[in-house]
Amino acid sequence: MFEVRNVHTGYGQVQVLFGVSLTVNAAEIHCLMGRNGAGKSTLLKAVMGQLPLKQGEILLDGERLDGLPAHLVPKRGIGYVPQGRRLFKELTVSENIEMGLMTRGEGAQTRDWVLDLFPRLSERLDQVAGTLSGGEQQMLATARALCLRPKVLLLDEPTEGLQPSMIEQIRQVVVKMKAEGYAIILVEQRIDAVLSIADRITFIENGKDRETVLPSDVAGNGAILTKYLGV
Amino acid sequence: MDFGPHLMLASLEGAVISAILVLTAMGLSIVFGVMRVVNVAHGEFFMLGAVFAWAVTTMISGHAALGFVAALIIVPVLVGAIAAGVDQLILKRIDYDVDRTIVATIGVLYIVQQSTLMLYGPEARPVEPPFNLRLALPWFEFGENGFQMIWPWGLSVTTYKLFVIGAAIVVLGALWLVLTRTKIGLVMRATQQDRDMAQAFGVPVGQVYSLVFGLGAGLAALGAVLVVPIQQAHYLMGGDPLLLAFIVVIIGGLGSLPGTVIAALLIGMSDGIISVFFSPTLAKIIATFLVAMVLVFRPQGLMGRVAA
Repeated sequence: MFEVRNVHTGYGQVQVLFGVSLTVNAAEIHCLMGRNGAGKSTLLKAVMGQLPLKQGEILLDGERLDGLPAHLVPKRGIGYVPQGRRLFKELTVSENIEMGLMTRGEGAQTRDWVLDLFPRLSERLDQVAGTLSGGEQQMLATARALCLRPKVLLLDEPTEGLQPSMIEQIRQVVVKMKAEGYAIILVEQRIDAVLSIADRITFIENGKDRETVLPSDVAGNGAILTKYLGV
Repeated sequence: MDFGPHLMLASLEGAVISAILVLTAMGLSIVFGVMRVVNVAHGEFFMLGAVFAWAVTTMISGHAALGFVAALIIVPVLVGAIAAGVDQLILKRIDYDVDRTIVATIGVLYIVQQSTLMLYGPEARPVEPPFNLRLALPWFEFGENGFQMIWPWGLSVTTYKLFVIGAAIVVLGALWLVLTRTKIGLVMRATQQDRDMAQAFGVPVGQVYSLVFGLGAGLAALGAVLVVPIQQAHYLMGGDPLLLAFIVVIIGGLGSLPGTVIAALLIGMSDGIISVFFSPTLAKIIATFLVAMVLVFRPQGLMGRVAA
């Protein structure tokens, strides 16, 4: 359903990805793992059309996304939760959600649905996003992306720097979205967070996808973790 | 005239200067805030507004108010469209690079200025105000007969100047409503805060930039249409508004709209009052000195935030 084929890209002269391929199906959580600087976040930015591809294709339901102007990519149904959340910090919670809704012309129904998923946010609608706690900011970033009713959800280290109870809430929402039929690409550093929810895991190293495995292949296989993550 | 009435007269002059300045500076501030572009050609859009206002009012015969209302509507849109064209043709091509946009807008400044000189000529041309009644203003004093109202000779204001002040307030109010209450305002604020994320949520950033650049220039042009009945249209008239707008934007805090309004009032009022009591040159000297002091002691400006 969603496919990345042999993508080469980078920042200006500096090439970061040297041929990454990936296939994600609906109702599937696909994890990307790898060391810092391996190119995981770069791949997500490339999907969003924010980095020009030197080579390769990105396809959603057989339709090419690469080469589209960056603002049209989300309109095709790609929801993006970037690293570090990157909310519109000086806008209110309600306005951040509105930005998400406007992307694909979603209305009150989607808004209610999203606020049902994150009841904490509905108590803070008029609060400025930058003043929320870390966990609430992550909820808002996720809610904003879900407002698109996306086909594909990109999550870049959503649990980074959060306390365990928040991590659990985010995890539950991700699992729920899988049940709704979303294709989910999850970038994650912590192997224990991945094993319980991932359907497949792709290890990325030096800008290439090295191996795609099932979680059961990783559990108890220390060698593969040492090789790609150094843990 | 006594000091009191004299001060009142000077304050009214200051309020008119503030009114024009707040529109011009707001345009500069929005462009900088959203696009991070320092628009050196801003004063030329102001000048274009004045020259076009002359052209429109001359073309339309009949009552002066007819031509003036036409100018008030047509000119800001026209200048805004020209500015949006400049954005698409030039600023977009250099990718809004901070240094290069400064050089590019200096180029735009000379192109606009010299084209105006060639097509419009070096003359200063007046525009007739749509209405211009002189209102005498009262003053109060305690004399031998106790509290009484007097009408000092020379203490007066024209209806047109009051209209300028009122118009500026209305435009500011409308701008505030657009920015805070409408979708396009929301999109502009989101783009201002994070260009990449705005794009990731479907905002056509290129079009928003053109719109903002046009809006900024349109505000300057609107200020100019309001000012031509008081001050004549001339191809070099863009210099002072540019300098003052920069002063206002720096004192107010780069990109802060409330700061811009406060600083415009401060600079406009002091410019008016000092010009009446001392000299216009001293007013400019003091304003420039204020900028230096702000930059030394509060580099982020009155309402600016320190970059996180």
